[in-house]
Amino acid sequence: MTESAFEVKTLQIDGQEVSARRGQTILEVAKENDIQIPTLCHLEGLSDVGACRLCLVEIAGSNKLLPACVATVSEGMVVSTNTERLQKHRKTILELLMAERNHICSVCVANGHCDLQSLVQEQGVTHVRLPYRNPQLGMDASHERFTLDRNRCILCTRCVRVCAEIEGAHIWDVMGRGINSNIISDLNQDWGSSSCTRCGKCVQVCPTGALYDKSKIGSDHPKYPESLPYLNLMREAQ
Amino acid sequence: MSKLKLATAWLDGCSGCHMSFLDMDERLLELAELVDVVYSPIVDAKEFPDEVDITLVEGAVASVDDEKKIKKIRAHSKTLIAMGDCAITGNVPSMRNPIGPEVILDRAYIENATAQPQIPCVVVPKLLKVVRPIHEFVKVDVYLPGCPPSADTFHTALTALITGEPLDIPALTRFGA
Repeated sequence: MTESAFEVKTLQIDGQEVSARRGQTILEVAKENDIQIPTLCHLEGLSDVGACRLCLVEIAGSNKLLPACVATVSEGMVVSTNTERLQKHRKTILELLMAERNHICSVCVANGHCDLQSLVQEQGVTHVRLPYRNPQLGMDASHERFTLDRNRCILCTRCVRVCAEIEGAHIWDVMGRGINSNIISDLNQDWGSSSCTRCGKCVQVCPTGALYDKSKIGSDHPKYPESLPYLNLMREAQ
Repeated sequence: MSKLKLATAWLDGCSGCHMSFLDMDERLLELAELVDVVYSPIVDAKEFPDEVDITLVEGAVASVDDEKKIKKIRAHSKTLIAMGDCAITGNVPSMRNPIGPEVILDRAYIENATAQPQIPCVVVPKLLKVVRPIHEFVKVDVYLPGCPPSADTFHTALTALITGEPLDIPALTRFGA
């Protein structure tokens, strides 16, 4: 028992004194204390990769911004989650995402149920200052139940992680580098002829309209990513 | 107090933003107490006036004509409002950008033509290579997203702009709303 007390770290988040267990991420501790940090690639129930950079926070004494989803707490840390500098970076990140591919909210299957669209509104982005790239990207509609629309993909890799970590099939992966990165199934073959188990978890966790259920085309396409922690809990209970 | 001069203009859009503007219904009468509509697709004026206080612009810049119009509008407007997603993001008109205008023109005037297939070269303005939001051509003062922005959004935003009250646009509307 004396050892476990040693594991407790105390730190400050936005001026609030908080305590945490060693190894906890800044995001976890912030959540436990009702401090909201915007996230996009993070999803409760999946591992964290720090891909989207929306959860960047400032640490006193360091010029480097850290992604709260993967940065762990340390004793005496002073964290700021919503400074002017962070707000500026978050807006720019969202604008970069909107400009990178073809996000046309008004005709998107995820309109009204999209994490990217909600974040853009929450962070006060009313226009994109960067020129749109308008890349020519394909869609994969070869699967009997689902469609992959690369125009809406933000490469958060939630689909890759849920398929590998929860379903255990690992049919999704990322091919290419930088601006040429793309989500592929198996060895870059049609989703329909891949080793997909048809479980649909990737569709449920996709934050945008990049993965959708063919039977639900239209604006009414809610997804249920909150089912993941429950699924994990039930598995552990077995 | 003299009334403010209000104009609205229609570039490459579906007119849905103008329809939504008209959906303010009886509140248009209140608005008419505060502003004179000096130029709009819904009034008779043919030339954009020299001095306008507030101009609402619907639609993206898709042709050489749109480009000319938006520059003229900017030069003669004190406050320029980008009205709706097409003006702000390119939206649906910009969906041709990845494939280019030639394919679109072919489809419309050659492939689907039943008589005299030919691409128009007179009267109809030449299309730009890419459809762009208006802020890539001129300075925009206020962005009002939505496809279209709702009548309530128009009412709240215009009232605030006319009276000088603070305006929180992300609390009212979003892209695709």
